Amino acid sequence: MISQKLFNNRIIFSVILILLLFAPLFLTDFRLNLLGKFLAFAILAIGLDLLWGYTGVLSLGHGIFFGLGAYAMAMYLKLEATGGQLPDFMAWSGMSELPLIWIPFQYPIVAIALGILIPAAIAFFLGYLTFRNRISGVYFTILSQALVLVLVTLFVGAQNLTGGTSGLTNFKTLFGYSVNSPASQMVFYFITVGVLAIIFISCRILVKGRFGKVLVGIRDGENRMRFLGYNPSTYKTFVYTLSAAIAGIAGMLFVLQVGIISPTMIGIIPSIEMVLWVALGGRGTLIGPVIGAVFVNAAKTGFSESYPEFWTYFLGLMFVLVVVFLPKGITGLFTKWKERRQKQNDTASIEVSKSYSRL
Amino acid sequence: MKKKLTLFMLMLLFTLVMAACSAADNAANADKAEETNEAKPTETGSETETATEESDTIKVGILHSLSGTMAISETSVHQAELLAIKEINENGGVLGKQIEPVIEDGASDWPTFAEKANKLLQQDQVATIFGGWTSASRKAMLPVVEENNGLLFYPVQYEGMEASPNIFYTGAAPNQQIVPAVNWLLENKGSSFFLLGSDYVFPRTANAAIKAQLEAEGGELTGEEYTPLGHTDYNTIIAKIKSENPDVIFNTLNGDSNVAFFKQLNDAGISSDDITVLSVSVAEEEIKGIGADVIAGHLTSWNYYQTTDTPENEEFVANYKAEYGEDAVTADPIEAGYFGVYLWAQAVEAAGTTDVDAVREAAKGITFDAPNGTVTIDGDNQHVYKTVRIGEVQSDGLINEVWSSDEPIKPDPYLEEYEWASELSESLE
Repeated sequence: MISQKLFNNRIIFSVILILLLFAPLFLTDFRLNLLGKFLAFAILAIGLDLLWGYTGVLSLGHGIFFGLGAYAMAMYLKLEATGGQLPDFMAWSGMSELPLIWIPFQYPIVAIALGILIPAAIAFFLGYLTFRNRISGVYFTILSQALVLVLVTLFVGAQNLTGGTSGLTNFKTLFGYSVNSPASQMVFYFITVGVLAIIFISCRILVKGRFGKVLVGIRDGENRMRFLGYNPSTYKTFVYTLSAAIAGIAGMLFVLQVGIISPTMIGIIPSIEMVLWVALGGRGTLIGPVIGAVFVNAAKTGFSESYPEFWTYFLGLMFVLVVVFLPKGITGLFTKWKERRQKQNDTASIEVSKSYSRL
Repeated sequence: MKKKLTLFMLMLLFTLVMAACSAADNAANADKAEETNEAKPTETGSETETATEESDTIKVGILHSLSGTMAISETSVHQAELLAIKEINENGGVLGKQIEPVIEDGASDWPTFAEKANKLLQQDQVATIFGGWTSASRKAMLPVVEENNGLLFYPVQYEGMEASPNIFYTGAAPNQQIVPAVNWLLENKGSSFFLLGSDYVFPRTANAAIKAQLEAEGGELTGEEYTPLGHTDYNTIIAKIKSENPDVIFNTLNGDSNVAFFKQLNDAGISSDDITVLSVSVAEEEIKGIGADVIAGHLTSWNYYQTTDTPENEEFVANYKAEYGEDAVTADPIEAGYFGVYLWAQAVEAAGTTDVDAVREAAKGITFDAPNGTVTIDGDNQHVYKTVRIGEVQSDGLINEVWSSDEPIKPDPYLEEYEWASELSESLE
């Protein structure tokens, strides 16, 4: 049975992967670029599901980890675009030389490493302090929201360092190759699919094992786990840090494909949207958030292209409908359907046995 | 196990929908599209489905924020552009073809502006985009239009220091709004200035230029303050202004902040007789929000007012009101958006094609009798010659001109004409 299950999982997963890998054949460059962006969001959603769906810790502040990764990559791209010159926004903010914190970002490897390490470090710091002090539930959620507010204000305020509300854009090259050419966008797409696959598989392994059971245990009965000898704060801090690192990776892939990062992309509203992807897809399933992220963003793009004046109403309506009628998200719909079928099978078999007994 | 299967089915269905989406968009590649077309009717719009039937229409993109914080300002520019397109179509269109606007929403979010500009240029293959308001949105679209060799008509006054070959700037360059305003204030209102602005590119750059100009021309700077976009508490700053007691406040605040600032200034008992505020981002549309009684007597600097006295303007105001209601007001960016469409149409007529390089070449020196007077495209930097006008806000919410330049002024985005700006433009290039 177990081997059969594994076998099936693998098949399903490979088919999805193959579909994504063959997407370039039937999508235009522009649509492929959009799909790549959605998949970058899906990566973030996996990390968020690990934290919220499995461990029961709701973070309304993942935009900031996404943003830190995105900014790290954008800083490197900006420096490469200006050829080591001072970026334009620094000049009009009255800077005369490259500030100290920008210097490490001249090196791509360092920039990529920092794009993962900085979000992870901030999450570890916040997580360690809050979870150790047994701050949880809605109090943690509020703290995570405050973190966004603080950091976004900082990003907007430190205009000479971050480009302020305009953010960072106008990138030219990465490792000497044009960032915007269709060929490199294709490469970025495949990298995104690859990263999504690796992160999905790793997280799946993580939650299927003992570790995942502990996480679910913490979600459903933190005190019981504590009495059983587990230290929930260690687990929570680890998962929080991990999901922040995943968000950082997603941010870097986002910048490569979209070509701009600004504070509007990392603030409170996008942070809440990220939670919506997970909720709409179905939390605690890993695959649900991936579907949710792609679905919500595809709907957003679709609605706004078709009805530029009214799309926000459609999107809002969709959120309301899903929350009211599908509390377990899109994947919940299928679980329900499966259960109903099982029930029908059960009643059918009962009837069969009844008719047998009549004989 | 079954659950996994259903998940897989869902994913499959979804991929098909995505595929169908792309198919509808890309009817041009009909051969590729056929295999996925039957999957499902798609969410993508009806306007994209006609992508290939380009024979009798010319598509243009209109990309402004119709939702979010900027919607209040940008919606009216969007409307003015649609009005211009309608008028041109009624007069036979361009090159004998009707103009078909493809409308997108930038949603006050800069990455969305980049995404939608990409969509308009690549999917819809529009001949040009009319769009943007904030400098941030322009800077987000700039790499996209350059990469795709598209065209963008940008209708708002801005900080200068930019001249992309793919952008036509129909708003004022700094020497067509800010520099003359400072000169006029020095002559007529006094020499001590207080600079107040929102914290982003435009106010920062504009104020850097103003400071250089004040230093060169014997003005005095008493203070300089920046607040985040959307900031609404100005009491501390007003207290500071009171103690510094400058002759003039040069106001580069944007959006809602102006409402709060002028109300609180009024509440603090400072009238336009005590300290005059000259604003460069407050036009008729914004005055409606601020309240005419609060801002009456203060000054603005633009190229156009609803009251501007030209026959073209009389007609424009009448048509605009007929289309959008008696309460609608026209303002500088609305007018710049409006005549931008006409300039593009004339350039296309002159070029005989919508090809970007040909249009750009043909656009050099094109003139149009716009509501603000005659505007001419400067071939060197793709900005336009415009008349500068200082105005005073009236109690009915309209602005009366108190001074204007004798003739349209040549645009100078890098302030090359001014010696005091040489260091500034060098550091920014």
